[in-house]
Order: sequence, then structure tokens, then C-alpha cells
Amino acid sequence: MKKFINLHPNKSARWFLGILPFALLLVLYLTASGARLAENPNDKLLPAFTTIGESVYRLAFEANKRSGEILLWGDTASSLSRLAWGVGVSALAGLVFGVLNGAIPYVRANLSPLVTFLSLIPPMAILPILFIVFGLGELSQVMLIVIGITPFLIRDLQQRVLEIPAEQIIKAQTLGASTWQIMLRVILPQVLPRLIDAVRLSLGSAWLFLIAAEAIASTDGLGYRIFLVRRYLSMDVILPYVVWITLLAFLIDFALRKISLWSFPWFHTQTASNGKPA
Amino acid sequence: MSYIQIQNVWKEYGDQIVLERINAQVKKGDFITIVGASGCGKTTFLKMLLGTESPSRGAILLEGQPIPAEPSEQRGIVFQRYSVFPHMTVLKNVMLARELERSPLLGKLFGRARRQVQEEATDLLLRVGLGHALKKYPHELSGGMQQRLALAQSLIRKPAILLLDEPFGALDPGIRADMHGLVLDLWKQHQLTIFMITHDLKEGFSLGTRLWVFDKVRLDPQAPNAFGARVTYDIPVGQADRSLYQKIDRQLEAQPLRFELPQGVLP
Repeated sequence: MKKFINLHPNKSARWFLGILPFALLLVLYLTASGARLAENPNDKLLPAFTTIGESVYRLAFEANKRSGEILLWGDTASSLSRLAWGVGVSALAGLVFGVLNGAIPYVRANLSPLVTFLSLIPPMAILPILFIVFGLGELSQVMLIVIGITPFLIRDLQQRVLEIPAEQIIKAQTLGASTWQIMLRVILPQVLPRLIDAVRLSLGSAWLFLIAAEAIASTDGLGYRIFLVRRYLSMDVILPYVVWITLLAFLIDFALRKISLWSFPWFHTQTASNGKPA
Repeated sequence: MSYIQIQNVWKEYGDQIVLERINAQVKKGDFITIVGASGCGKTTFLKMLLGTESPSRGAILLEGQPIPAEPSEQRGIVFQRYSVFPHMTVLKNVMLARELERSPLLGKLFGRARRQVQEEATDLLLRVGLGHALKKYPHELSGGMQQRLALAQSLIRKPAILLLDEPFGALDPGIRADMHGLVLDLWKQHQLTIFMITHDLKEGFSLGTRLWVFDKVRLDPQAPNAFGARVTYDIPVGQADRSLYQKIDRQLEAQPLRFELPQGVLP
């Protein structure tokens, strides 16, 4: 008998073991929901799947009577657009300042302490300041995401730039490269796949800040809806919304990973051959 | 006046003296191999030629002028590792130097200018035996192939001086012999002045025109860093006899033992 640490499940066993916890959770929910509903048919805490299904149909396919809009798609569009703006602006800032900080000692000496300081401010604590400065509109919601994840992205990218072997920077100079050319041709292309990695890691926080901002300062969006229907204990709306948000988060992460694999094949084979996960 | 003059060069880090009183004259076209025990300052010396370190005392003159204190296209370099760019194909790695030269703003060429450089780079790659691997990425190449690429990449802008820091240290002996042939060919074709560090004394005795041995002449066992290494041998290659080879070989091997106290010092 081999040691447990040396035993690897085969493909079908991996599938089975992976799905098992999901199946157990599902069974657990159905049993608990059934038991509660048997006692009180109007129970709202753990609605039956039929109730949830009706709610999903109403939210996803029927226009809202008051606004004439289909709620789920409207909310999704608003939330994704805020997320895209917030993450996009942060990624750009992270890339520019990360590369500058990592590549040029004078910029690093100048900006690195400030970025470290900013990254330690809890973004939620300055949310009221954002509302005061930017008002209760789109801007302060996007700004919360930007303020929340940009310092992390800058610090991560700066670190990735510093990890590029010094030999490469010296080599580029012996090939006649200027400071600008080194950043453009040697550093920038090498940190792009690492930027995607960093963005993937920061997406969890981005969603957190998005939903927090929407809960407080919005009139639409996925986070807004969840917090709105909480007043009526509408678990039949909250639960599918949470599943939907999770699915969206998964799809975005999946897409970013695929983009990275297709665009930077050298990066993934390189890290795989170093024994790190691709 | 000789091409490179090394005038009484010292290198110190605080109390630690790495190199002391290095004096030498180098002619254009010299191929100097440098051997020495590890930690004796060979690489520090090469870095001073490269411009990433500067002498604490003394000066290195290139054609009568102090050698620039940062890396430049005059002096090509091949390191033992990390010499090529992992995000570029073989062809693009070699094209890079010309692109940097001809496109200051973007560092990238397009259209006819690009095709012209592509041809030049392909030519050079064919000569180092990489004609079949133009579209591959460095990680798809063996160690020997990567060093061939690093050589081709360094040479496209025709540097006057080529610095090699144990370029074949990580390669198998058979491949190493191939690489020796290649370096000698390139040296003649491009009329280079080469400084090559090696830990293989045989390499030093067979390759190039001059062999330098770096070693500490004075040694204080109580303070091993109090004295630096000097060039203890400067031998024209091909004229040294077997006994000298063995003597240097013993000297390099014996290095660690010399830190022990001589017998009879302690009661």
C-alpha cells in the first residue's frame, strides 16, 4: 500500500469526488426546505425549487410592471458595466504605475511608500468620503472599486517587474535599448500575463466593493436588488441572484485564463516547466 | 596605445578587498580567457568591463577614454543563464537589437525595414545553426541552443567587445566542444575582442589567445578578505607547456585548503 500522499484519483474518480459536495449540499437544502414547508407552507426562508423557478422566470423573462424593464438583465448590465469600468481603470493604473515603480528606482523611491500607505487604508472606511466628494451616482461606485483594488495591482505588478532577471535588463542595454525601449519591449510584454493573473486575484475584492457600493448608493444592479428584496425576506430572489453572481464571476475568471493562455503561450509553458501552476 | 588599458584597478566592498592592483594591456582582437577559484573576483572584473560595476581605484580605459559606466552596445554580453528574452521567438530575439537601433520610439519595425532586418537576423541564425528554430520560443530550445541564440543576439549590432560569463558552464561536454568551435568562428568573422570567464582550465588553455589566472597572492588566514586577487598568470595560449598547466591546476584546486592554518602554528 502506497502512502496516502502518493495516491492520485483517476479521471472519473476526480469528477465524482468534485461533484459529491455539491450534490450533498443540494440534498441537504431540499430536505431542510421540505421539512420547513411541511410545517408551514408560507415559509420564506428555504423556498422550494418550484417557487425559485417561478421567481427566476418572472425576473429573467417578464418585464417589470412599473419600469417596463426585465429586472435580471437590467441589473446584470448595470453591475457588469460598473465592474468593467472599475477593474479596467484599475488594471490600466496598475500596469502603468506598476511598471514605472518596478523599472525606475527614482520613481519607486518616490511612489512606493505612498502606494503601500494607500493600500493599507480600508476602502470601506472612506466610502462616506467618496459619497461626499463624488455624490451618490455611478462615479462613487466605480471609484470604490478603483480605490479598493488599484493599490494591490500596483504593488503586485511592481513585484513582478522586480522579478525579471537583472541579466535581461543588462542584456537589453548591450543591445542598445534606452530606458523607454526597455520598458516597452522587455518589461511590458512580460508583465501583461502577470497583470491578467493579478486581475483574476483581485476580482473577488472587486465584486465585494461593487455589491457594497450598490447596496448603499444605487437604484439598480445585482447588489442593489439583493439588498432591496431582503426587506421582504425574498429568499426566492436572493438565492438565484447569488448563484447568478457566482456564475458571472466564474465566467469572467475562466475567460481571463483562456485569454492569457492563447495570448501568452510562452508564459504558461515557462511557468509550467518551473513547476509552478500555469 | 593599446585598445583597452587596465590601470592599477582595485575593487573593494567596505573592508572586503576583492581585486587589487590589476594592470593589463589588451590589443584589439585579443581573446582572453579568465580562470580562477570561485569567489576570486572574476565576475566582478567582467562587470567592470561591462559597466555595471566601477573600480574603487584605478581606471579602465577603452581607446584612451574611461570605459562607459553603464552597459552599452559597444560591449555585448552572454551570461550563463537568462541571456535571451523568454517572450520573443528566436527570430525576434535576434531582430531586437536592430529594431531598437532603428525605431527609437516604438522599438519595433514594420514593412520593408522589418523584412530587411528579418533577413539579416535569419542569416546570422543560419550561421550559428539555428535556421530550423526561427519560430520557436527560447523555452523550447535546449541549453546549448539557447546559448547559440544568445551569441547571435549579441552579435547582430556588431559590438567591438564580447563578454562571456561562463557561457558554457551549464552545458554537456560534447555540446561544449561544438560551442568552442562556434565562438572561435564568430571571433574571427566579427574581429571581436573577447573576455571569457570559465571554470574549466582546459577551456582556458585551448581557446583564445591569452589566459589570465586570478588568484590571491597574499593571504591572511585570520582575515581572508583583507587582500584581493590579482592576475597571477598572463600566458599566451598555445605556448604553455604541460607542467605549467598542472601547476595552475593544482593551485586552483588547492585554494580551499589554504584557509587552514599552517602546521606547527598551534602548540
